[in-house]
This record gives sequence, C-alpha cells and structure tokens, in this order.
Amino acid sequence: MPELGSLVSKVRSKNAGPFWLTIDVFCDDPTTYTRVREGLKDATVARLFGVEQQLLKRFDIPALNVVKFSVPRPVVQGTRADRDMHGAGWACLLEELQID
Amino acid sequence: MTRVLVPAGALGLGYDREALERGVANHPDIIAIDGGSTDSGPSYLGRGVSKYSRASTKVEWRELMQARAKAGVPLVIGTAGTCGADAAVDWLFDITREIALEEGMKVKVATLKSGQPKERVKAALGGGRLHALPAAPDICEAVVDDCTNIVALAGVEQVAAAIATGADIVIAGRTTDTAIIAALPVVRGDHAGAAWHGAKVGECGALATTQPNSGVIQIDFDATGFTIEPMAADAAATPYTVSAHMLYENSDPFILHEPGGHLDVTRSDYEALDGRRVRVEGSKWVPGRYTVKLEGARIVGYQTVGLAVVRERRYVQHVREWAADIEAKVRDKIIARMGLAADAFNVEIRLIGMDATLGALENRHDVPVEVGILGILTCPTAEQAAEAGKILNPYLLHHPLTEDEPMPTFAFPFSPAEMQRGALYEFCLNHVMELDDPLSAFVLETHEVGHA
Repeated sequence: MPELGSLVSKVRSKNAGPFWLTIDVFCDDPTTYTRVREGLKDATVARLFGVEQQLLKRFDIPALNVVKFSVPRPVVQGTRADRDMHGAGWACLLEELQID
Repeated sequence: MTRVLVPAGALGLGYDREALERGVANHPDIIAIDGGSTDSGPSYLGRGVSKYSRASTKVEWRELMQARAKAGVPLVIGTAGTCGADAAVDWLFDITREIALEEGMKVKVATLKSGQPKERVKAALGGGRLHALPAAPDICEAVVDDCTNIVALAGVEQVAAAIATGADIVIAGRTTDTAIIAALPVVRGDHAGAAWHGAKVGECGALATTQPNSGVIQIDFDATGFTIEPMAADAAATPYTVSAHMLYENSDPFILHEPGGHLDVTRSDYEALDGRRVRVEGSKWVPGRYTVKLEGARIVGYQTVGLAVVRERRYVQHVREWAADIEAKVRDKIIARMGLAADAFNVEIRLIGMDATLGALENRHDVPVEVGILGILTCPTAEQAAEAGKILNPYLLHHPLTEDEPMPTFAFPFSPAEMQRGALYEFCLNHVMELDDPLSAFVLETHEVGHA
C-alpha cells in the first residue's frame, strides 16, 4: 500500500490557534480525492494524533479536492511538553500513513 | 466601494516594493497590515514583546508610513508587536515617533490598547460573562492573577472607532486578524459577509495568491461582494487559491467566529474575472452576541537547556536507555543536593534524530548517524534552573552506558553547553468575554507626533 504523501500534492498541518491543530490533505484531482477520502478512516486518523475520535472534526471538500481534519492540539502550544511550536511536524504522521 | 491595500501578511515579513508602489498608485481608501499572531507561542504575549527585530520593523514601517503619506489615507496595523499587548503598542508608537521626526512628517496617531486589567476579567468570570471555547483550559481567579498579560481581540467596532478619530496612523493592540481589513468596509456599508470574508482572505497578504512572498494585495469591497487582486506583476489570484485560503490555520474552513457574530462561507461563489483577479459573492455575516476573545499568558517555571551530540555508534544504538538513565540520575541529584521536591521540577531529555518532533506519536524507528541530546530542565526559579543545568552538564559530557567501560566524551557544540532560557510561559485562556459596549474594554487615545 502506498503512503498518502506519494498520492497527494501536499499534506500540511498548522496551529489553528494555540489549542487546535488543523491538517489539510491537498489532492490534485477528483479521482485521487475520492481515493483519499475513502482511504482515510476517522478512527485511524484520531489514533495517529492520539486524540479521542469524537473530538476529531472532518471536512471533505470536493470543490477543492481537499480532506481536512481538525483536532484539539495533542499538546497545547508552548506548554512544557510541546515539541513543535507551529504544529507543522504532525503532518508527517499522515503523510507516511499507508492507505488503500 | 472601499479599496483596501494589504502590503503583507505581517509587518516584518517583507514584500515586493514595486507591488506596493502599484497598490498606492491605485488610490486605496486605507492601508491595513497585521502585526502578529499567537503562532510563535506564548512567550511574546507573556513578555509583551515583538518577535521581529526593531531594525527590520522600523525599515518596513518607515516605507509604509511613506506610502501612507503618498496615498493620503489612513494606515492601520493590528496586533502590533506580535502579541498586541499594551507594551508592544508603546514599542511601535515609539518607532513611529522616531520615524516621523526623522522624515519631517507631522502625523496624527491613534493607539488602541487591548490589554485587560485582571479585575475586569475576574469580574466577568464571577459574573458568568466569561465563556470557555472548545478545548479551553480550566481557569479560576488564581490563573487570571498569574497572567503577566491578558489581551482582548478587538473587532471592527473598536478599529472603526480608531479610524473615525481622523488618525493618519492607527496602532492597534490585539485585534482579530480580519478586523483591521473589515472595519472600513463594514462602517461604510459594504456587504458585511463580503467584508469579513475578504478580510480573512487578505489577512495573510499574498498567501491567497500564486506568489505568496510578493505580499501585496488589493481588495475592493462593494454592496454585493469583493474582488481580490495581487499587486505583484507575476502573481495571480485564482478561485482555487482564494477559496483554499479559508483552510489556512482555521479549524473550520466555512465558519469564522468574530466579535458580534460569525462569517459563513458555505455558499460563497468564487469567479475568475480574468487571469489574476477573483470575484467572491454569497458570503454571509450572521450577527450574534457581542463577545471578544481573550488571550492570556503566565509564567509556569524557568528553564535551562543543555545540548550535546552523540556520534559513537554503540551509544547511538542504545541512546534511549542511556538518556533515561541520565534523566533518573539528574532527578535524584536535584532532589538530594538542591533540596527540591520531586514534583517541583522537571527533567526531560529529547533525542534529536529519534523522536524530538513527535514524541510518543513517532512511529518510525530508523537508527540515525548521530543523535542530538537536548536536556530541558524546568524549575520554579531561574537560579534553580541554572543550578540544575550544572548538575546535568557532566552527564551530557561523560555518562557511560555501563559502569565497567572507559569514560566516554560526547560532543559539546559550545562552552558552556547549557543555556538559560528564562521564563517558560503558557497560554492559559481560550475564552470569550461578553461586552455590552464594544468600546468599554479598550483604550483609544490620539497623539500628534513629528513636525512639519
């Protein structure tokens, strides 16, 4: 199974304020978008980011060929345990996820 | 119709100078630029300081003051000095005064301060007028008392009041990213949904175009929508770049909460007018209760960090157990020799090259060539953190994997290998505060600076 990052044009994660993280998966075309939308399961994504599934917000946006997830930040920005002030590193987890 | 010129996503980031000239020549009604965000972390708000250098800020601000004088319109900056604390407003005001004197300009400056006295926030908390947003930390009066700075995010009402003073320059403390752009279109009666939506698209400058680094964009607001056009010759706005911008740093790509309501772009329609301009209509502004979001930061300890690099293959292969052993030994020694309680301090070693970015969520386990050893010590006082750093130092230099082997020595990149980080700040508010009068929680003043 290929890694998500090899199928799409970009996976981006960013802070959405200090308490939320948002992850955007940009697909190049509707075929890839459909494959990614079907292949990304909420339970898998929640587990990947270490958050409870009911806190995961998901937006499938066909007009942009984008699948977007938002989660409460795994660690609040800037706290002692935070390792990534801008939250960009979390994208790697999704980028390297193998999907059907 | 209102024409807003946005020179860049933030003051200090730079922009295309020719594009700025083109924008000024197009007769904007106002020049608006953002000065900050929470994105660089709580230390800036906690200390009330800017992340960008004073020298860079002064160079760019001088150019914008010159552009303003040429255009003969107001120049507005929101979230001055990265964090928008009162001290950051004073900092930029000071720079403004220097430039005005140096340039022989006479300008009227309005300052809009967003700093919140603790008593006001505690009164709101006690009166049930403070409401937690999703994923907000628990707060109580003691948390509010601990804050070194609390700011409220101003909306269009407060920014518009500052513009209405007739000021040439408005230096605003913390505002929402959008308020400085939306303010003039809203008060002039342009379409409210378009005003907020165009402001959201424009708040990062040219990020919503094909040439993000060019900075400068122009947004025309009118009775039914807005039109965005980048000012750099080689940049283009497309329906994709404009609509995709709602994804950026937003947890919800269709709804944006602002003071006094929310923006809904679910039914927005994006149309290419030509190869570089996009027209947007159908955005909706939904009025609601008047609240302002609060941000606060407090000190939760002081830190010393130490850095060493392990290159020897056997140590790299066993680096986790080696680091865990150092953590345990340093912890014991801080308790035994400094007399700190076990729960009063924290010792953490992050392994750069292994999992320093993702921690427990990391799922790759390759063996690297070398590993950076970042020791982080957090103590109640700066003096204790410095002491703890000196306890860590010899372990980072010489700690053997087993007791019966020759003493190893690891690479220290400098002397000393430990650095005082100062205070560790945390964001401790993610709440909105109800206001009956939007202006009641903000301080607006005008000043004449420079000389003709």
